[in-house]
Amino acid sequence: MDVLRFIARRFCRLLLTVFIISTLVFFVVRVIPGDPAMIIAGMDASPEDIMAIRARLGTDRSLVIQYFDWLWDIVHLDFGTTLISEEPVLTLILERFPLTLLLAVLGIAIGIVVAVPLGVISAVKRWSAWDYFGLVFSQLGMAIPSFWLGILLLLILAVRFPIFPLFGADSAAHLVLPAISLGFARAAVILRLTRASMVEELSKEYIITARAKGLTERMVKYKHALKNALLPIITITGIEFGYMLGGAIIIEQVFSLPGLGRLFLYGIYQRDFPLIQGGVIFVAIVFSLVNFLADILYSIVNPKIRVE
Amino acid sequence: MEAKSSVKAPLLAVENLGVCFTHGAMQAHALRGIDLEFFKEEIHGLVGESGSGKTVTSTCIMGLLQSPPGEITSGKIVYDGVDMVPLPEPEKRLYRGRKIAMVFQEPGKYLNPAFKIGDQITEMLILHLGLDKKAARERAVHLLDLVGLGKDGRVLDSYPHELSGGMKQRAMIAIAISCDPGFLIADEPTTALDVTLQLQILRLIKKLKDILGMAVLFISHDLGVVKEVADRVSVIYAGRIVETSTKGKLFENPLHPYTKLLMLSIPSAQRRGVRLATIPGRVPDADKTPEGCAFHPRCPLAIERCSRENPSLGDFEEGHRVACHRAGESWIN
Repeated sequence: MDVLRFIARRFCRLLLTVFIISTLVFFVVRVIPGDPAMIIAGMDASPEDIMAIRARLGTDRSLVIQYFDWLWDIVHLDFGTTLISEEPVLTLILERFPLTLLLAVLGIAIGIVVAVPLGVISAVKRWSAWDYFGLVFSQLGMAIPSFWLGILLLLILAVRFPIFPLFGADSAAHLVLPAISLGFARAAVILRLTRASMVEELSKEYIITARAKGLTERMVKYKHALKNALLPIITITGIEFGYMLGGAIIIEQVFSLPGLGRLFLYGIYQRDFPLIQGGVIFVAIVFSLVNFLADILYSIVNPKIRVE
Repeated sequence: MEAKSSVKAPLLAVENLGVCFTHGAMQAHALRGIDLEFFKEEIHGLVGESGSGKTVTSTCIMGLLQSPPGEITSGKIVYDGVDMVPLPEPEKRLYRGRKIAMVFQEPGKYLNPAFKIGDQITEMLILHLGLDKKAARERAVHLLDLVGLGKDGRVLDSYPHELSGGMKQRAMIAIAISCDPGFLIADEPTTALDVTLQLQILRLIKKLKDILGMAVLFISHDLGVVKEVADRVSVIYAGRIVETSTKGKLFENPLHPYTKLLMLSIPSAQRRGVRLATIPGRVPDADKTPEGCAFHPRCPLAIERCSRENPSLGDFEEGHRVACHRAGESWIN
């Protein structure tokens, strides 16, 4: 009962978030200087041509009417067609999404696999060699920009020692280096959080109870403390994953990957309103959905959240 | 001589226990030679202000003293003939939870929020008694019934936050007694509860002591609560036992001025309208224990000798021991 109510509440929040973001985006895009009609018409078009294009695009109508018109379409999952090529926005996005999704999954997986165990060991064996290694690792991860790491990886592992392909997205091997570049920074964040969270849980009173029960240190730490320590890790991982699903513009450029990031960047260059709007809403929906799932996962690990 | 051997032996005895905490150059002698005896089917109340060494004592008995900074500098803790102090950690763990169990002050904090009550009980049964999941659950249902949490075992599937304060403490007690321990430590188990619940929990501990035949160490800062449950009472001050006796003798004829002052600070119907006593000052920090008797700076009976010579714990009368140069004297007209 609790669980269903909790999920329903979170779902309403999801809808509200998407609505607010879509409204914001609609107006922000129109405040940015630049008229798509002029871009389409070219430098030396006559005012009549431009007016005609505006009429065709519907941008000659009042903002309010455009807004409700557009909202109506969104509710019907109609993101419109791009201004320039007149392809359906949703089709373009869905074409690119699998690659972005795969990259995000790989990146976050690398982050979790590296960071959670290392963070836990750092907390359990504080001020040990492991802990210092973790500290250096996370400092580097946060300090090094991912594009620089990407270029470095390309230079070493694709140019100097051609183990991985230089660019493109034709096989799994193409995604290894971009995933590492992305995952490294995530790992740094998740590692610091895991350590801090685990250290905090280990200082709680219920740890004394667990020891007083005669449990082995392993059970005390990896069962009793870790289950509680996982809570903030789930939240942050969900947020990081959500960000990554919006595409990684720079990494996609470095590795020449046709992901969402480059699509949206192109849309911005072209003042392609429908593409930008559709893109942002799509990202907002995906991001909210991931957080929604993370919340549900969180409530499984921490039953207390359901009644709050 | 014959008679001596028939005197029952304590289940657990703390002998001359000394504990020192080291923080850099500072040394704090938290316990300065504690003697305590615990008998089966008997509740032994340990009374003292915060900082007097109650919790350090129970931590040592559990074998959970963190070292460093803490260190046992002298003494023994003998359970059923075995001194546990020198035992290696894996062997200490065989006592912890299995033979010596503990109930804590704030069940809300001492229960793990992420596990169901049932899991928190059965994990001990599986670990210590080798039960399978099904048998452990059956026993857990029985344990919940024993502590008054219903016969149907519904609480097993509850998380701690779904229970009230009193229920949490009952659940905590169910965990503690799950492996039928010989010795139970209750560290201020009722302090965090409101008054009506306090009495229920005290009665429950008494009942379980009788049913399971446990020896119980009942720690409290409140002599009134101890009077309610204990069969035997020891008063601790600045890391030393200053008076110990059966409850009857101690409350009838308190010998140490500190014990008397503690009693005068309990409100009672007989002394209605009389100002409650307060003890000036506070327990000295463990790194600044005064010379001589540690209580003399606060003692209404202190004489010059008290600041020089530390009184030892001796028999004042049969079964009533006190550490005071002026034991039994009074400063009240």
